[in-house]
Amino acid sequence: MKFTLSWLKEHLETDADAATIAEKLTSIGLEVESVEDAGARLKAFVVAHVVTVQKHPNADKLKLCMVDDGSGAPIQVVCGAPNAHTGMKAVFARPGTVIPVTGEALKIGTIRGLESRGMLCSARELLLGDDHDGIIELAADARIGEPAAKALGLTDPVIDVSLTPNRGDAASVFGIARDLAASGLGKLKDGTVKPVAGKFKSPKSIALNFTPETASACPMFVGRMVRGVRNGPSPAWVQDRLKAVGLRPISALVDVTNLISLDRGRPLHVFDADKLTGYLQARLARDGEQLLALDGKSYTLDGEMTVIADDAAARGIAGIMGGEETGCSDATTNVFIESAYFDPIRTARAGRRLGIISDARYRFERGVDPEFVLPGLELATQLILEWCGGEASETVIAGKVPEWRRQIDFDPGYVAQLGGLDVPKSESVSILERLGFGVEDGAVLKVTPPSWRSDVHGRADLVEEVVRIHGLNNVRSVPLSRGNAVAKPTLTLGQRRTRSVRRTLAARGFNETISFSFISRAHAKLFGGGDDARQVENPIASDLDALRPSVLPSLLAAAKRNEARGFNDLQFFEIGAQFDSGMPEAQATIAAGIRVGEGARSWTKAAHASDVFDVKADMLAVLESAMGTAMTAPVKSGAPGWYHPGRSGTLSLGPKVLATFGEVHPKILAAFDLKGPVAAFEVNLDAIPESKSKGKARAVFTPSPYQAIERDFAFLVDLRITADEVLRAAKGAERNLIETAAIFDVYEGKGVPGGKKSLAISVRIQPRDKTLTEPEIEALVQKIVSAVSKATGAALRT
Amino acid sequence: MSDIQTLERDILGAISAAPDEAALETIRVAALGKKGTISELLKTLGAMTPDERKVNGPLFNGLRDKVGEAISARKAELGDAALNARLAHEKIDVTLPPRPEPQGSIHPVSQVFDEITTILGDLGFAIGEGPDVEYDDYNFTMLNIPPDHPSRQMQDTFYLAKQLDGSQHILRTHTSPVQVRTMLKQKPPIRIVAPGRTYRVDSDATHSPMFHQFELLVIDQGIHLGHLKWTIEEFCKAFFEVDKVELRARPSFFPFTEPSVEWDLRCDRSVPNQIKFGQGNDWLELGGSGMVNPRVLEMCGLDPTIYQGFAFGGGIDRLAMLKYGVPDIRAFFESDLRWLRHYGFAALDMPSLDGGLSR
Repeated sequence: MKFTLSWLKEHLETDADAATIAEKLTSIGLEVESVEDAGARLKAFVVAHVVTVQKHPNADKLKLCMVDDGSGAPIQVVCGAPNAHTGMKAVFARPGTVIPVTGEALKIGTIRGLESRGMLCSARELLLGDDHDGIIELAADARIGEPAAKALGLTDPVIDVSLTPNRGDAASVFGIARDLAASGLGKLKDGTVKPVAGKFKSPKSIALNFTPETASACPMFVGRMVRGVRNGPSPAWVQDRLKAVGLRPISALVDVTNLISLDRGRPLHVFDADKLTGYLQARLARDGEQLLALDGKSYTLDGEMTVIADDAAARGIAGIMGGEETGCSDATTNVFIESAYFDPIRTARAGRRLGIISDARYRFERGVDPEFVLPGLELATQLILEWCGGEASETVIAGKVPEWRRQIDFDPGYVAQLGGLDVPKSESVSILERLGFGVEDGAVLKVTPPSWRSDVHGRADLVEEVVRIHGLNNVRSVPLSRGNAVAKPTLTLGQRRTRSVRRTLAARGFNETISFSFISRAHAKLFGGGDDARQVENPIASDLDALRPSVLPSLLAAAKRNEARGFNDLQFFEIGAQFDSGMPEAQATIAAGIRVGEGARSWTKAAHASDVFDVKADMLAVLESAMGTAMTAPVKSGAPGWYHPGRSGTLSLGPKVLATFGEVHPKILAAFDLKGPVAAFEVNLDAIPESKSKGKARAVFTPSPYQAIERDFAFLVDLRITADEVLRAAKGAERNLIETAAIFDVYEGKGVPGGKKSLAISVRIQPRDKTLTEPEIEALVQKIVSAVSKATGAALRT
Repeated sequence: MSDIQTLERDILGAISAAPDEAALETIRVAALGKKGTISELLKTLGAMTPDERKVNGPLFNGLRDKVGEAISARKAELGDAALNARLAHEKIDVTLPPRPEPQGSIHPVSQVFDEITTILGDLGFAIGEGPDVEYDDYNFTMLNIPPDHPSRQMQDTFYLAKQLDGSQHILRTHTSPVQVRTMLKQKPPIRIVAPGRTYRVDSDATHSPMFHQFELLVIDQGIHLGHLKWTIEEFCKAFFEVDKVELRARPSFFPFTEPSVEWDLRCDRSVPNQIKFGQGNDWLELGGSGMVNPRVLEMCGLDPTIYQGFAFGGGIDRLAMLKYGVPDIRAFFESDLRWLRHYGFAALDMPSLDGGLSR
């Protein structure tokens, strides 16, 4: 909402300047976005008379000017503008003046050997436009020495207020003046509109055509004819005003509606009466009804939208936009002015469905003043008669002002209770009355909001009114109670786990990333998503249209972007949501990571290409960090299709998949155009079970006093036998004595028959109650060999 | 010179001349071995008279001890020389770099997330959570934003496609639905902070279609705007790690709060890329807040004549940008390794109250 200071002062008696008014507006909740005060900004620039212009003796394109700025003898200025000529009035900057476009103070300079003691300015140098082909030429009657801004007509500051959606009442200059007056800044001038007497009976009648159920769509519709008008440009002051706030003047009959909309927040419509057929009615549109609107576009309406129609067709979308065919032109001589009250919700819905944004819709959907339907019409009549001549008919009125009065019980103590601000009752009453609220005194006040404040419904709203006018900055800080002397932990188990996993992965050398939750549908499809249910209807970009079914595509896309910058070795992780459908709560918190590349090159030859065992370790570290204990559940071969089928694994607890990991499938790498190799893991943090609470004390520490024994075995097994099977069999041979069993070599090739491999394991035997004798150890070794042979068909290699 | 003296001189001479441990061992065997010269001498003691033994005993034993010590000394000498030779040979260029170790990092959003919860945890705020895909009801209607109300236009919403059951959901536009979820399942007193991802159809240097918000909600008896102001003041002091801050309140409008307040923080931004709090002539927008609208309390099953409270919503990315001088929000989500290294935090830089929020 933009307006000029002088426009505001038409409704508000005040000596306050733009800065004071702006500060007040922001403090009462009408936030000022900007104040463009060219007059103040350009205070140092003055009108000067260019007495003589000669060619610069040392430069072809420069001129030597003698300039009179009213301060004494003419001043020598070197100027390059092609349009500088003798006798012109120009904008002059004296030395020391800060030039807006550069932000630097002007110095006395010597240009091609001649001194220049000032500057004649172009529009661009003053940030008044893009024109820099020449200097500004002022009107011949501009007075030498006076501020140039005055000669340019720029003395009126423009204030731009960003309105919150509840304040439809302030969507007008009058409304803003009203709020300022209530806040104590100035006095509101009388805004009463005098009715215009009709000279004849309106030849057009009007009607409301609704059922009782839909009557709220338009409870009141008024209008009148004005005949014999001459359309043309509106008066200069009107055009200046509209231009100052960014509107393009069109013609008197159009400008009158724009002016009243801005000035009083009352949208109106002026029909060319000769283009209307029969009588006018407000009704609901018929499904599929078409209308060519004033923006030149054709709209298809539906049965929930209100229209103004004549006998032939819909002629305007109620509260949103008029029709092109019945609009005013220069040839218009008879007009019908329409003023009505349209239901805010219905108007908003229609506007949203049609995709029309207009000043009328803006005001109707925020709620216009129901008491100003008829005065708005009278004001428009006055201005049309004044600007275009003609004579007005009597008014025609359908319906009546909708009931807006409602009473709110208000205990003035509630201001302190909710607002934390001790405002005396008398002050609260005074503030409400100044804002136009009706107040009936009593222990509990009975408050009636004014007709223009449809946003005020309850006592909390009244507290807001009192607090914002009294001054929100008067609220004093009051500490919250402290429940526990030493604060208790507040994180849930899941939150603690997430934090721990995040720091564990960073400690393992991973860089944490955060990616959008939406990715391209093509990428989503590679990871089991991309179905309709997970599509975003209105994506910000066509390649961000699918909820991600996995965190990995985000990481792989990130890897590709970094590869393009020459970073081929990466470790990235993200902890974030993966979406299993488009339903709320159908998401899981995933810790996913990728290792990309052949490993950083080093003279130490320590590097190796990222592989399945790197990410297996990462995955286990994540689980162990989350659980706080070792993860002993077995890993099974195989993982979802985006992994290498032979180099991937899954870790589950019962039916719950906790983690998948492996090398990324070459086809996926190709789809992301990644060189690779890439290994990845995904851990579902939500699937990790709660550990059974065992208290804080650790289990009793019972180290064995007896010497542990290590024995190595090499088994020949079929290729299909897994390491895990061999180790489990070995450990199971004598659980009480065997502490650990570990693989230390895997070998295939020369010396090992085809279809077989050699697995070398080391078993650590830890006696608990006595030192083992040699025969006992030998028996145990035999037991291990036979257990492994029995379980896996292995033969001891000799 | 006696034979003994000659023997001693010869053996000690040989020991000191021994070039390596093998030669030394040969000398030891020749002197002290079973058939060694000194061992043979000692054997003769048994056949001597007590008087002779008295003289020769100490003589022979002394010789044995002397030779033994000389061998040990020479052995150590030879060992040291060999070790020194080996070490000299093993010298390498220690200016070579160590084995590469990747340096991990924590994203600034996560770090600030931890800072926020560390501060608010001390004030007794638990962490509230809600899903990214949200019911329209929780994101809007139960927050007093009815369908077709203009305030819905304040937030450009991402809509998801219709689901099989005909329902349609959105990506939450703010963390405020967590207020609703919390009040529906928990009775006052309530003190939560709800940080998380939020989404709006918007993208430029200060807007990203996905960003992070945190929501504060306090519901109890007798909570008013003064408590809100105190909480924000204390939070800002702790978060920005300064001794004092100055807040400015501006009346505003949010459908779910009444009265509604926006907060600005006094700061000095006159030096580019630097920000100082508690001084200067600039104001920094902190976030929106207000007293929870009685209608919202009612819709969430709380009696507004008994309970009241405040809500506050701020941007996590924004706080990270301000505190750590990050210029463009979009870079937060581009996963540029150079950016992650530049703005990231070390794994063990866990914010704490006793150790400080940041280094």
